[in-house]
Amino acid sequence: MASPTSAPGRWRAAGAPADEGGRRRPLRRDGAWPLLFAGPLVTGIAVFYLWPVVQTAWFSLTTSEVFGGSTFSGLDNYRELFADPLLYRSLANTLVYTGVVLLGIPIALYLASLLNLPGLRFASFYRVLYFLPYVAMPTAVAMVWRVIYNGDFGLVNHVLGLVGIEGPYWISTPGAAILAVSVVGLWSSLGFSMIVVAAGLKNIPPEYYEAAELDGASRFRQFRSITVPLLAPTIFFLLVVTVIASFQLFDLLYAILGNANPALSQSMSLVYFFYQEGFVSNDKGYAAAIAMVIFAIIGLTTALQFRLQRRWAQGG
Amino acid sequence: MTTTGSPARPARRLRGALATSLGLLLVATACGGSEPGGGGGAAAEYTPPGDDLEASLTYSVWDQTQVDSIEANIAAFQEQHPGVEVSVDVTPFGEYWTKLQTQASSGTLPDLFWMNGPNVQLYASNDLLAPLDGAVEAGDVDPANYPESLIDLYTYDDALYGVPKDFDTIAIWANRAIFEQAGVEVPEGDWTWEEFQATAAEISQALEAEGIYGAAGGMDGQTTYYDTIYQAGGSVIEDGESAYDTPEAQAGIDFWRELIESGGSPTMAQLTDTTADQWFTSGRLGMYWGGSWFRAALTDTPVAEDVVVLPLPTGEEQATVIHGVANVVAASSDQQQAAQALQVFLAGEEAQRQLGEAGSVIPAYTGTQDTFTESMPDADLQVFLDALDYAQPLPVSESTAEWNALEVELLPQAFSGAEPVEEVTTELAQQMDAVLAEG
Repeated sequence: MASPTSAPGRWRAAGAPADEGGRRRPLRRDGAWPLLFAGPLVTGIAVFYLWPVVQTAWFSLTTSEVFGGSTFSGLDNYRELFADPLLYRSLANTLVYTGVVLLGIPIALYLASLLNLPGLRFASFYRVLYFLPYVAMPTAVAMVWRVIYNGDFGLVNHVLGLVGIEGPYWISTPGAAILAVSVVGLWSSLGFSMIVVAAGLKNIPPEYYEAAELDGASRFRQFRSITVPLLAPTIFFLLVVTVIASFQLFDLLYAILGNANPALSQSMSLVYFFYQEGFVSNDKGYAAAIAMVIFAIIGLTTALQFRLQRRWAQGG
Repeated sequence: MTTTGSPARPARRLRGALATSLGLLLVATACGGSEPGGGGGAAAEYTPPGDDLEASLTYSVWDQTQVDSIEANIAAFQEQHPGVEVSVDVTPFGEYWTKLQTQASSGTLPDLFWMNGPNVQLYASNDLLAPLDGAVEAGDVDPANYPESLIDLYTYDDALYGVPKDFDTIAIWANRAIFEQAGVEVPEGDWTWEEFQATAAEISQALEAEGIYGAAGGMDGQTTYYDTIYQAGGSVIEDGESAYDTPEAQAGIDFWRELIESGGSPTMAQLTDTTADQWFTSGRLGMYWGGSWFRAALTDTPVAEDVVVLPLPTGEEQATVIHGVANVVAASSDQQQAAQALQVFLAGEEAQRQLGEAGSVIPAYTGTQDTFTESMPDADLQVFLDALDYAQPLPVSESTAEWNALEVELLPQAFSGAEPVEEVTTELAQQMDAVLAEG
């Protein structure tokens, strides 16, 4: 049924000079070969990423039964969702968390330049130290911090007590809880940010600093005028990655707060809200609508960042 | 079309493969969406199994500590039915229900699995479970051998879906050493709400400097406020509607507000950071309201020597919450006969005695419980068995998990005194009724 000569024939045709007014038709010329090579990857992405997105979008328009089965309900889920105070509360909490974790980027920048100082002893030891939290399992990290934050017997309140401050019950006080989780998030993402920044620093030719030194620039001036501008792409990358990761906050929050915490409804993140509706209340359609909202928010935020970056790069 | 290996039509092959995989997904989704179980019809034809029964069963449970006794049970079963293989699958409780629900949606439930009270109506009402009535009619299972309230728990629409394999009741675990330290007599026999409150406050006051409390509330209804609601003569759910807005239920909630206010218990915030059982096992709590299952957790703690069990105090009436786990058979199982044979065997006296000897839970079969009480001879574990006389079933509905989440969200405000009990319970009743109405 197939003619075995057609494939080489196409190859030859592809090598021939362009005709038909020079229109761009290279894909045609190569035939299906590129598709074949990209195929496995594309199939994987299509099946495991794109298809679920499509399905979730569809589910968000349905009201689902507990054990599968659903009925089309149009935009009902979205109407209900946008009138749900929990959506706004969990969005606010997620923003608080993202804000705090973003503080980690300047801190990482500062720490990485310190570690990059020539002649620093035990540099790799420090690097390991800072990177450890990132390698540790979030659940294990959470368990340790739960003890540290314990209102009666925890380290934090003990230290605060030494200087005469009576600390709150960090993980069970609404308001304090999300901050407590944010600090852990900041702490555990620091290692990753530092490694990325350190790699960026290695790419800055040392001659720049030597020249600046000769011109009499102070260390801070060097940092501000050489390090930061040349690291702009790195910082931008970190910004995007951190924001996306922060919007997906779930495991830390779940493990630190626990599911019988009176402060939980005040401290939920967007993804926790999704989990609560989808897996505790079994309302899969509603949960799908939440997922679509999270998807849209992350997409918009990232698009905005890219736009800002273009302006930033031009301005710099 | 797919057999030729020719590179000539890669595109078509690719599209074919893509279409096939998408198609498969669609089919899978469609299967998931369709009627999940075969309903109860198939199960009605119960035939007592013969010795030549051949099958390979999957059996899902959530408690690793019971696996040894389960394996012993299965070995005994296989002596009668050598042709039946059973593979036990342990999933921790936290993920057990999520996993089971996924399996149910895709029609791949294990043949036999553990079921609890909060979930049984959900599964039974969706026709996912095979009724046990056939075995009862055949005389292989006699419901009279098990606590009546648990038989009720696993009966839905007049069909029995399982008999309990074990049961638990709630009582007070008390630390004698703390009573002694505080100079307070350990109460004996039945006592009242007032006496309990006074005792708790007295211990807290006497040992304030050490940071030791008399008793503790908590966020878990089964071990705390469900009991007091029953003791106040109320209920959590009545005729399919929330009963939280009744004066009796409010009295049951107010009990815990009072306990915290009087200083008899740590605050809700303290109890979130360090749960009541942790307060107790670290020797900082005089009395802990806990289930009989707590015995297993006590074994290696420093307080194990000083522990004694007291009955719950009596309000308007005496009450405790009873619950038990049951083995149920999936309606979708294609080896229902073998699965039911194992289900029946596990409910029988021999298997129940084996379970009791392992000591971690109280077997449900009447007359097999003595091994449990003997496992801690000085602690008076008999209280848990005596509690059967006045035990009330754990309140459940088809949507238990949903209104449980509401309790966790709202009730702390009442316990802490931040908002009046009446307001919180009225709000809770409204929201809970909305959930119950959805079905």
